[in-house]
Amino acid sequence: MSASTNTDFTLAIEDLTVSFDGFKAVDALTFYLEKNALHVVIGPNGAGKTTVLDLICGKTKSTSGSIRFLNQELTKMAEHDIVRAGVGRKFQTPSIYENLTVFENLEVSYPWGRGVFGSLLFKRSHTVREKIEEVASDIKLNDALHTEAGLLSHGQKQWLEIGMLLIQDPQLLMLDEPVAGMSVKERDQTAELLKRISKGRSVLVIEHDMHFVKQIAHKVTVLHQGKILAEGDMEKVQNDPKVIEVYLGH
Amino acid sequence: MNFVYERLMGGKSGLTGFLILAAFIVVVLPVTLDIFRLNLVGKYLTYAFAAVSLVLLWGYGGILSLGQGVFFGLGGYGMAMFLKLEASSPENTAIQSTPGIPDFMDWNQLTALPWFWEPFNSFTFTILAILILPAAFAYVIGAAMFKRRVGGVYFAIITQVVAVILTVLIVGQQGFIGGINGITDLRTLKGWDITSDTAKYLFYFLNCGLLLSVIVASRFILTSKFGSLLLAIRDKEDRVRFSGYDVSNFKIFIFCFAAMISAIGGAMFTLQVGFMSPSFVGIVPSIEMVIFAAVGGRMSLVGVVYGTLLINAGKTLFSESFPELWLFLMGGLFIAVVMFFPNGLAGLWKDYGYHLTDKLLAGRRWIRAYMSNMVNRKVGGGA
Repeated sequence: MSASTNTDFTLAIEDLTVSFDGFKAVDALTFYLEKNALHVVIGPNGAGKTTVLDLICGKTKSTSGSIRFLNQELTKMAEHDIVRAGVGRKFQTPSIYENLTVFENLEVSYPWGRGVFGSLLFKRSHTVREKIEEVASDIKLNDALHTEAGLLSHGQKQWLEIGMLLIQDPQLLMLDEPVAGMSVKERDQTAELLKRISKGRSVLVIEHDMHFVKQIAHKVTVLHQGKILAEGDMEKVQNDPKVIEVYLGH
Repeated sequence: MNFVYERLMGGKSGLTGFLILAAFIVVVLPVTLDIFRLNLVGKYLTYAFAAVSLVLLWGYGGILSLGQGVFFGLGGYGMAMFLKLEASSPENTAIQSTPGIPDFMDWNQLTALPWFWEPFNSFTFTILAILILPAAFAYVIGAAMFKRRVGGVYFAIITQVVAVILTVLIVGQQGFIGGINGITDLRTLKGWDITSDTAKYLFYFLNCGLLLSVIVASRFILTSKFGSLLLAIRDKEDRVRFSGYDVSNFKIFIFCFAAMISAIGGAMFTLQVGFMSPSFVGIVPSIEMVIFAAVGGRMSLVGVVYGTLLINAGKTLFSESFPELWLFLMGGLFIAVVMFFPNGLAGLWKDYGYHLTDKLLAGRRWIRAYMSNMVNRKVGGGA
């Protein structure tokens, strides 16, 4: 398949390479993400998982290759244009605005008034309020709307950041270790949340917790040294001798 | 009505603070001070424009500019050029070898007015230049820096460099812009004597009005989504960028707005003090402005005005009696603020002032409860 043909995939990464001073963090990676799929990427430390997310959302520029989101080439686009095209990304450590309330965090993420003057004239209309309340109840923070975000628990912060992405209604949601540091109960709740929000959009998750991956993944890709080692459903991947050797067996 | 209350005044606490400040500078000071002292306060209040600009830029936006003196100076020089041209009419300068040009040009053997001075014959142009030129200059610096994602300490250093360059340029171009002496001997505005007491009163009140308007305009920005975004950019720039915002545009806008505010202050300085010189442009005044903002409280539009007044009053008092000690004292104060009360006077008020009023109120309530209790007991005893 050549890079110029249109595909039915949400995301089509082809021959993607990025090298830092000669070290190839991602090496000729080809990867497809289907529509409405919840796809998990696993792999040992340094496998290039986070780098792949950085490349997709434009934080890191690729050395060569293409990333096409709904048949739109992302590699040459500015970060904010990629977001506006419909790609949302959650960072590994909760990135929320600690000095703003939960409500304000969601309001700031609301996809209206994204220009300088638009934001000056932005009005907290009924539609905006409703959407914020809807998302807040999705992430179980509807009782904490006016709490300063810095006072939330770690798990709630993670959910808030997911909510900040949900309010933008992205076609592709990328989550970097969403359950890191969460309690068992919070992990289960997050799994529920992810299952719910993956309806009608594609979700790409990076995760270490195998139990959690089993709970949510439609499809799993194992990354090792910037290359794909195995791909398929969880069972197939877990029984793959190559995977056992580099990762699961340890 | 709700818009005015919530968005322009900042709700209950914002409105109270604003009204107290307005009453203090518009009523209390003019009633208690003679015109000489009031004119001095008016001069200090022009620095408050720069301090307010630093609340937006540094307090909320996290962009430390150590070059607000540049924009203060540009505004001040714009006004000074207009006034100087008026003071240099051919009749006033008949003794010069070239009458009709500013005196310092004549001393430096210039025989014609430089081209860039010509438009400053127009008052309208001058006002527009004061508002637009500093903002345009800020746009150029801002676009060059923020689009390349230069920030933090690097940005601070670059603004310092700009302040040095502009000072050196002014000092070096004595014939064109007055050099180290600045532009002095400004007497009239449209034929009206600006050194008279009436003029000084008028300028003082005009200055207060402009300062309060600038605070209201800044409040409007801070209570909008733009204001939340400024805080968000300060705390988690990447999260804002990856929420679909072009962060650099927001920084450029607030830098331009801050430049415009500072320039208004500079123009009012020239009107009230009657001259402008490079000593209000360079590094030292720029850093002093940051100290005013820090001491007043860099998150408080109202607090920084008190900070500016307090430091300047201190400077005037102390430098009269212990001129060598003042700089050490101010440096020490700055360090103390940064280390012990990072939110300045406004922060102290918020932490202790409120509690104090609460306690007083609570005390009164307690006394009232106690008294009524006693009365009840007496009544009960009687029955």
